[in-house]
Amino acid sequence: MTPTIRMTAKTDVLTATGRAVLNATELSGRALLMMFRSLGYVGTLWRRRREVLAQMLVCGVHSLPVAMLVAAFSGMVLALQVGIELADWRQSARVGAIVAASMCRELGPVWIGVILSARVGSAMAAEIGTMSVSEEIDALEVMSIDPAKFLVLPRLIALTLMAPVLTVFADLIGILGGALVGKYQLGVSYHEYFDWAQRTLTNRDILSGLFIKAPIFGLMIAVVGCALGLNVKPSEGAEGVGNATRNAVVVALILLIVFNYFLTSVIRYI
Amino acid sequence: MMISLTNVTKRLGGQDVLQGVDLEIERGETMVVIGRSGSGKSVAIKHMVGLLRPDAGTVTVDGTDVGGLDKSGMFELRRKFGVLFQSGALINWLSVFDNVALPLREHTRLAPEEIETKVCEKLDLLDLGEHAEKMPADISGGMKKRAGLARAIVLDPEIVLYDEPTSGLDPVMASRINHLIIDVKEKLGVTSVVVTHDMESAYTVGDRIAMLYGGRIVQVGTPDEIRESTDAVVRQFVEGRLEGPIT
Repeated sequence: MTPTIRMTAKTDVLTATGRAVLNATELSGRALLMMFRSLGYVGTLWRRRREVLAQMLVCGVHSLPVAMLVAAFSGMVLALQVGIELADWRQSARVGAIVAASMCRELGPVWIGVILSARVGSAMAAEIGTMSVSEEIDALEVMSIDPAKFLVLPRLIALTLMAPVLTVFADLIGILGGALVGKYQLGVSYHEYFDWAQRTLTNRDILSGLFIKAPIFGLMIAVVGCALGLNVKPSEGAEGVGNATRNAVVVALILLIVFNYFLTSVIRYI
Repeated sequence: MMISLTNVTKRLGGQDVLQGVDLEIERGETMVVIGRSGSGKSVAIKHMVGLLRPDAGTVTVDGTDVGGLDKSGMFELRRKFGVLFQSGALINWLSVFDNVALPLREHTRLAPEEIETKVCEKLDLLDLGEHAEKMPADISGGMKKRAGLARAIVLDPEIVLYDEPTSGLDPVMASRINHLIIDVKEKLGVTSVVVTHDMESAYTVGDRIAMLYGGRIVQVGTPDEIRESTDAVVRQFVEGRLEGPIT
């Protein structure tokens, strides 16, 4: 009996894994198709400017306080940790170089991605998922209004545009936070701090974070949130909405980390 | 024939919901589909408008096979339909006015003044004129259904589908919705399909009534024929008796 049970357990694991891979592949395919279909309606954007602006307000402007708070403390803790190490080598002044480069290349866009995944991507999945449960998506479909045009497009555009804007603030506030720690905890003057920051930062550091990473992260988070929201079936009810919301955060964060590595690898060669 | 379902089967969530449904709906008539909750009535009308595709069998609307349509063909076909969903399905961040105006803004090139005239005309028909600026969260269930109906008919469709139009309403509001369904039919000359388990409503609005049970249509007839039916399932359902083949 024992070998049979083991075989069954193994088969179950393999079946479950296979099913999970198939589901993930199917959902990824649907998400990409949804994104391309939605971007195909970009010509109608002027007619949807009010929705785009409303989404920019919700996704971008309302995310600004938390983004600034997170960025400020990221810059501060980075300056503190690095400054303590550099002090042993009498190189504390270089803390400005390290904080500025780290914020612009990595921490700025990645933290904004994390905040948008948690705050906006999840909300998109919950909102669209709830619309699906209350038959609003079906209502749009029977009115011959493509949800990819009516719901998805304004969200994709808004998040793709607002992610770089938020990243500008995150970079600046993070660097300023580092400067405060440098001045009051490490004894590095503002002049030394910003002098090293300016000497180290290149255009590529700033622009790659703002114009490559941030918009790609914004687009990806919106695609994940919208796709998972649209994937909720009316019969799944509140549980389906909850699953979509949770998965939107988990999937977006995983993709964010993976995309960040590959983008950094590619940017090195630009 | 306006709508025809031929031997339609559909399996959902591990259950055979439709097991060979045959139903033909004439142009201009009001067909009421009755049956117990969960018997597949809403599933049947979702097939008519292409929200679900049959596992087997065919659904044709005005001579077009719905199953063979691609996305753009489906959008074109759906322009013939207006659908009143069970909950109204109003877009929650748009006002009643904007909900009703939505199909006009998306599908026509009418000037804002013309849109306003048409929307106000439909809102007045449904006695919602003074609630035009309210949000869906601020109106009652009956108003949501009336607003949903106004949106369903604003493009003057050829076919209107009603999914449980009187469920959850008090008797006065239910009677009002029934008379609106009759008004819409008479004024716009539409073909109507009403899904309900409210027999009062079925007798009031229906030209013919079809009973769905066990995934199949067990009887189609005029309200009088259904009232006098000798079929044990139909009799038990319309009389609301506990004893009988329906368990």
